[in-house]
Amino acid sequence: MKKWNVSLCAALLLGLAALIFVQALVIPKYTGVSRDGSLTAEYYDFAGGNDVLFVGDCEVYENFSPITLWENYGITSAIRGSPQQMIWQSYYLLEDALRYETPKAVVFNVLSMKYDTPKSAGPASRREAYNRMTLDGMRWSPSKVSAIRASMTEEEKDRNAFWSYVFPLLRYHERWSELEQEDFQYLFGKEPVSHNGYLMQVGVKPVTAEHVEPPLADYTLGENSWYYLNKMEALCREKEIQLILVKAPTLYPIWWDQWDAQVEAYAEEKGLKYFNFLDVQAEVGIDWEADTYDTGLHLNVYGAEKLSDYFGGILSRDCGLPDRRSDPALSSLWAEKSQRYSDEKQALEAERDANG
Amino acid sequence: MSFISFPFVLFFAVLSAAYFLLPRRCQWPLLLVFSVVFYLAADARYAVFLLVTVVSAYIAVCRMDSRLKDQERHLAENKSLTREEKKSFRAGVKRRNRITLTVCLVLNFSMLFFCKVLLLPGAAAAAKGTCLSFLSLGLPLGMSFYLFQSMGYCIDVYRGKAKAQRNFFRFALFTTYFPYLIQGPINSYAQLGENLWKPHDFDGKQWSFGLQRMLWGYFKKLVIADRIAPMVAALRITELGGTGFFLLTLSYALRIYGDFTGGIDITIGMSQCLGIPLRENFLRPYFSKNIAEYWRRWHISLGEWMKDYIFYPISVSAPMLRLSKAARARFGNFGKRLPVYVASVATWLVTGIWHGLTPNFILWGMLNCLFIVGSEELSPLYERFHGRFHWKDKAWYGWFEILRMFLLMNFIRACDLFPRVGDYFAGLARMVLHPNFAILTDGTLLTLGLTALDFGILAVGIVLLFAVSLYQEKRGSVREMLWGKNPWVRYSLLFILLLAVLLLGKYGTGYNASSFIYNQF
Repeated sequence: MKKWNVSLCAALLLGLAALIFVQALVIPKYTGVSRDGSLTAEYYDFAGGNDVLFVGDCEVYENFSPITLWENYGITSAIRGSPQQMIWQSYYLLEDALRYETPKAVVFNVLSMKYDTPKSAGPASRREAYNRMTLDGMRWSPSKVSAIRASMTEEEKDRNAFWSYVFPLLRYHERWSELEQEDFQYLFGKEPVSHNGYLMQVGVKPVTAEHVEPPLADYTLGENSWYYLNKMEALCREKEIQLILVKAPTLYPIWWDQWDAQVEAYAEEKGLKYFNFLDVQAEVGIDWEADTYDTGLHLNVYGAEKLSDYFGGILSRDCGLPDRRSDPALSSLWAEKSQRYSDEKQALEAERDANG
Repeated sequence: MSFISFPFVLFFAVLSAAYFLLPRRCQWPLLLVFSVVFYLAADARYAVFLLVTVVSAYIAVCRMDSRLKDQERHLAENKSLTREEKKSFRAGVKRRNRITLTVCLVLNFSMLFFCKVLLLPGAAAAAKGTCLSFLSLGLPLGMSFYLFQSMGYCIDVYRGKAKAQRNFFRFALFTTYFPYLIQGPINSYAQLGENLWKPHDFDGKQWSFGLQRMLWGYFKKLVIADRIAPMVAALRITELGGTGFFLLTLSYALRIYGDFTGGIDITIGMSQCLGIPLRENFLRPYFSKNIAEYWRRWHISLGEWMKDYIFYPISVSAPMLRLSKAARARFGNFGKRLPVYVASVATWLVTGIWHGLTPNFILWGMLNCLFIVGSEELSPLYERFHGRFHWKDKAWYGWFEILRMFLLMNFIRACDLFPRVGDYFAGLARMVLHPNFAILTDGTLLTLGLTALDFGILAVGIVLLFAVSLYQEKRGSVREMLWGKNPWVRYSLLFILLLAVLLLGKYGTGYNASSFIYNQF
């Protein structure tokens, strides 16, 4: 090979390596307040061997604690959730997760049924930001390609933005001017932010007033939502996984009775279990003075533990999920997880108390 | 498919690989297939217009060529014909060819007129929901460029200046070759023809030069033109006194230069990679010292097209020759120049109308014409001036002339921005009556869509652009200079340029990306 060609090849390889480095540098690291953007990628660290897989938006990753399910019922579980996760994203994330494990039950939180298309889920720029938080962390597979195609906003489609998911440098190229210490610090990896997908919050901000939203002109849940729920149901049936529909007990956005009736009818038709925890708040024991960190939008860790304890009972009794605590290997693994959970809880509480 | 898109990068990579890996006889058919795919990817509906142009021009060229060959054969076989008979036979052929050419020109230019009058405003009306969906199409991509090129070729065949290409697919490639399809340069068959279908071997140096030129084009377009675009848009709708108007002319000059020359650099660069050299369309026009020179350096191919197919035919037409004779008798030397001026007015009128069917573009054309004719008429005065003051050879005077021309062209070009001519003149008047210099220091500049960082990046980009242009102006090719350097120095500089395009370029989500300005013509 000519000397000219050797140096050209070497230069191309070095250039490629430098581009990969620059790309890794400018990609958001999702720490601090936006740490929920790390959840999708983090799933792969605890994928495999879970009997229950929760799928959905913040109503799963802030309201259900796999550690409580383990500690109280010996149920192994994980959460595949991300902020404002749309139903089509939940479907493809589930499809992706089933490449790594086949749980006995999939729990899907139905709130995202209210959004029928990317356009209906708020301003395009915000939707795009949430899409990135959900999709960037997914490993490449046909499911990821489909998830991207299903999630792109009209503006993204017009601009052929698919390729910016393949090469995130094309999306985040302008972040070079706002790089922070964390971008360098977490360039090659970071500590997990969740506990098997659960994002812990210890703050307390009680509900002060009843949340009110204007009535809707039409309460029919959209065709696209049903399409993906049907796909999810078919996928679970094919894999012999029990699909359980839930609605977390958070107070807003409002889960209208008309929507509830449609989901209930669907569950009945398909022979699925559907639990609307808004109806059993007293039994769960939720105290809106102490169990929410943002006036009822999400539960804090105390509320999440109560809800998980309540739901764990249902999973054990009614859904036949086994108690794995007699398995030494699992016990050892989950003991570590419990310890980390407990340590973080104490640390956050100490920090909260110190800051008033 | 836009040049500024990842699919295009893939498209070009696949084409390049196939182009040099497949047998060489497959090269030009491959270019034709990719050109068609490129155009269809933009909007399949546009292809109808392109097809009409290709087919009509091909038929016209073949018909005219057949008649010319018949004429040759007939005259060769009938040597006994008298001179008068030969002349009469030739006149008959010419008349029939003129009819064919006229039908072809009328068909195609009517189509262009139809698109400019109906489809272009229709696109805006459709956006408001007040127009039929077909009319929402807008002007077909690059229509003027492929139409001018193919019609120019038809005229050349009619005049006997170009050989007729009778292979339909080769002819189609000449018209649709994707690098120049959407914004030129407009090529003549003589300059380009054979190069399109002759086999090309891979040439590392040409390939490297082509890529460098493309990269430089992307830098001009994405880092300079698109970064300053929000400021142009903001200044257009914000009344900030004379200084604001002056800044508008300046920022628009940078934007249009970066946009148009950047696009042409990408075009010429990618064609160079494929071994097909295209003509230059810009020769650092902002270094011009007078308006005639400026128009020899700016959008050269359009200028030459207008000169060859509008200016010359008018200035040597029978009515003009009669006018010249009459005017010379009456006005002397000025009368001799009069037909040239009349042809100039007509040419600039057409050029203005080509840019847009609004009064501001007509004004733009007429202002250019006025300054060109004015310069010509005042040239004796300049000569007297330079005879008295010997500044012409001084370096500072050269820079003064360049600056003067840059500012003058900026003011003329600003017509583009004001569909209502009154707004343009009001802006000019504000420069004298209400300069408002305060906007330069009171923070107003940071409210025009650009941050301090944007201004910093622009400043660096402009300095780099100026340095490269100055080197080219004084010493020649920057790429040749780099080719002589250590490869690692060259690669490092190219990598820095690539990184600058990727990191500093304005593109992607969150940015209201603009296509190339000249695509719309």
